[in-house]
Amino acid sequence: MTTFWFIVIAFLWTGYFVLEGFDFGVGALLPLLSRSEADRRQVLGTIGPVWDGNEVWLITAIGAMFAAFPAWYSGLLSGFYLPVFLVITGLIVRGVGLEWRGKVHSRREVALCDAGIVTGSVLPAFLWGAIFGNLLFGTALATVLGGALSLSVAVLHGAVFVALKTTGGVRARARRAALLAAVGAMPVALSTLPSVPGRGPLWTLGTALLAAAALAAGVTLVWGRREGWAFAATATAITATTATVFGVLSAAPLPGLTLAEAASAPYTLTLLTWIGLIALPGVLAYQAWTYWVFRKRLTAEVSLSA
Amino acid sequence: MDALDLARWQFGVTTVYHFLFVPLTIGLGVYVAGLQTAWHRTGREHYLRLTRFFGKLFLINFAMGVVTGIVQEFQFGMNWSEYSTFVGDVFGAPLALEALLAFFLESTFLGLWIFGWDRLPKRVHLACLWAAVIGSNLSAYFILAANAWMKHPVGYEVVDGRARMTDLWAVLTNSTALAQVPHVVAASFVVAGGFVLAVIGYRVLRERGLGVLPGRRARTVTAEDATTPMRRLPDMWRTALRAALVMTAIAGAVVAGTGDLSGRLLHEQQPMKLAAAEGLRHDTAGAPFSIAPGVEVPGLLSLLAAHDPAATVQGVDDIQARYEKAFGPADYTPNLPVVFWSFRVMINFGMATLGLSVLGLWLTRKRRGRRAGQHAGQGEPVPAWFARLCVLALPLPATAIITGWLLSEIGRQPWTVQGELMTAASVSPGVSLTEVAITLAVFTVLYGVLALAEGALLLRHVKAGPELPAPAPGPAAAVPPARAEETRLTPTLMY
Repeated sequence: MTTFWFIVIAFLWTGYFVLEGFDFGVGALLPLLSRSEADRRQVLGTIGPVWDGNEVWLITAIGAMFAAFPAWYSGLLSGFYLPVFLVITGLIVRGVGLEWRGKVHSRREVALCDAGIVTGSVLPAFLWGAIFGNLLFGTALATVLGGALSLSVAVLHGAVFVALKTTGGVRARARRAALLAAVGAMPVALSTLPSVPGRGPLWTLGTALLAAAALAAGVTLVWGRREGWAFAATATAITATTATVFGVLSAAPLPGLTLAEAASAPYTLTLLTWIGLIALPGVLAYQAWTYWVFRKRLTAEVSLSA
Repeated sequence: MDALDLARWQFGVTTVYHFLFVPLTIGLGVYVAGLQTAWHRTGREHYLRLTRFFGKLFLINFAMGVVTGIVQEFQFGMNWSEYSTFVGDVFGAPLALEALLAFFLESTFLGLWIFGWDRLPKRVHLACLWAAVIGSNLSAYFILAANAWMKHPVGYEVVDGRARMTDLWAVLTNSTALAQVPHVVAASFVVAGGFVLAVIGYRVLRERGLGVLPGRRARTVTAEDATTPMRRLPDMWRTALRAALVMTAIAGAVVAGTGDLSGRLLHEQQPMKLAAAEGLRHDTAGAPFSIAPGVEVPGLLSLLAAHDPAATVQGVDDIQARYEKAFGPADYTPNLPVVFWSFRVMINFGMATLGLSVLGLWLTRKRRGRRAGQHAGQGEPVPAWFARLCVLALPLPATAIITGWLLSEIGRQPWTVQGELMTAASVSPGVSLTEVAITLAVFTVLYGVLALAEGALLLRHVKAGPELPAPAPGPAAAVPPARAEETRLTPTLMY
């Protein structure tokens, strides 16, 4: 039961990183992909209807950790106090920026919202990688590398997503941004690879290699204008990376803490399992439906309806 | 001043803000969904305009509820790691359920509602809003069930220094939760009702060229205001006002009724909070209730607490002595003035809001409306003095719900889990004073700035008023579920 819930937590984090990963990338790239206000609306329109639902994956992951592994939840959040605090601050300014952007009036206020969106996307995208890098290795280098990896992959993922969801100038710029981001992400990803062997179970070596291969495939596919497949590839890369991280963590989710020590009693875990099994398919179905409703590309002809 | 004090301040500050925005979200969401339902059923343009107008205000506020909620989810682990480790098995479950069953529903369907005006069939679009609103209300249930467990822990046993859940059903149907959920949710509707009344009052005055204070003319704020004659919509405001008054009056009655129930539960479960709220020093048979300092009604407290005017109600000093015997020497008394005055402010401000809504219902009754010629779309919806009263009463329900929360949570001190874990033993041991000071300072400033920004943004949109009739989204059959290629990047109705 403990192992099963660890996998559930890893699944929720994976969902969060895959979905919010492109939200962060889109937010970070906002000024770079846009030449005009119409462009900016086009870029943000790609995540407008979905980002809030994506963020709930984090809330659910954290809530599930609280319920299933209280000691892990409290140890992680109090141990990484200031980084977690900065993540939250970033999420606050990003959320407010995204929600209020369409409701403010002056150019200056819109610029302020944009600043919130960019800061609130870059900061968490970097910090999550830094937090997990530090958790795994405990060194300053690992912290910086982890942060650089998560930020660059998020930017790549976001750029591919924008390229997939738009047309015209924004799409062209997003493709170029994706290639540039890949130039940054590949060396970082490759430099983290050698640290995996011997740390976790043997299969983590496989997922790490899969992540690197998926990343390379993603770049190739963007180059070839196959944006849908490129997005699948970057999503796979993030999934495989998260699996690797949690595979290594499975032995000790925090230094000096085992999963069994951190876990709740079987009664709680069993009940949550049943409720989760009933509810989660529904959640996945209606979130998927949202993406279906907003599946078409956004064009540049903006109707600036007020 | 140590890390514990600052951590408590941080929880207080962040939660009071959260508790301002979220009740408004809960109540206003239902109000907007009601308006859109009315539009869907009648096809009257008034309802569409009102939906869009209040929908915009709802979304501005919704953003703040969401972002301040993120902090709550993390804060238990960051500042209260000992508490989290002790209670996670029991307390974490409703939080996880809240995210899984309520937050996903709320945020996903709200996104569909905001951007789905011209992409979804009308009926489905309306259902999306209801799904989101149900999510908000459901989240209130789960978080209040968790909160109720802190005050009246049930369905658990303590094993190896950690609470272990033995009965989830007992936790979810905790008597304290069942009294608290309707109390707080209904209070949320009162807060939203008070907000809507103030907005309508402001619009009614403004459209008549009157200021909020008697004798003052409304100032024109924008160049647009000066050049275009103010659109007057008395009939529409009357409809909106009636709906808000009915909502506030019914919710107010529920708040009062469930408040009485909560009082009786306090008598059984948290005698210290009841004694502190009343300032009762010693165990007293036939305890009086003080309406104001010096004005006491004999036997009323006993009557309220136990439905028996002669019943004995425990007093602060005697409970302190009993707790020392049971739990060892410590101070078991909460901050008496804060609890005492919170209780009185809550009751009086809450009742005043209820009174306002009843008065409003009387003023807008049908017969009177006919006399004023409102059936022909003429006449003012309410007298100017009542509109002014509505605007000025805006802080009342908001203050009432905040003081209610202060009463409930400060009255719980010094426990985080009544009888099991004290606040001083709950704080994170590894987090330094400096760290808490930094986060407290940043959250306080950030929340303050954002609250001011929200206030300014709301006021601006209220001043601008409802938009002129836009071409309504076509009949359901004419709206394709998705277009071949999106030509609009922003929602048609630009929320």
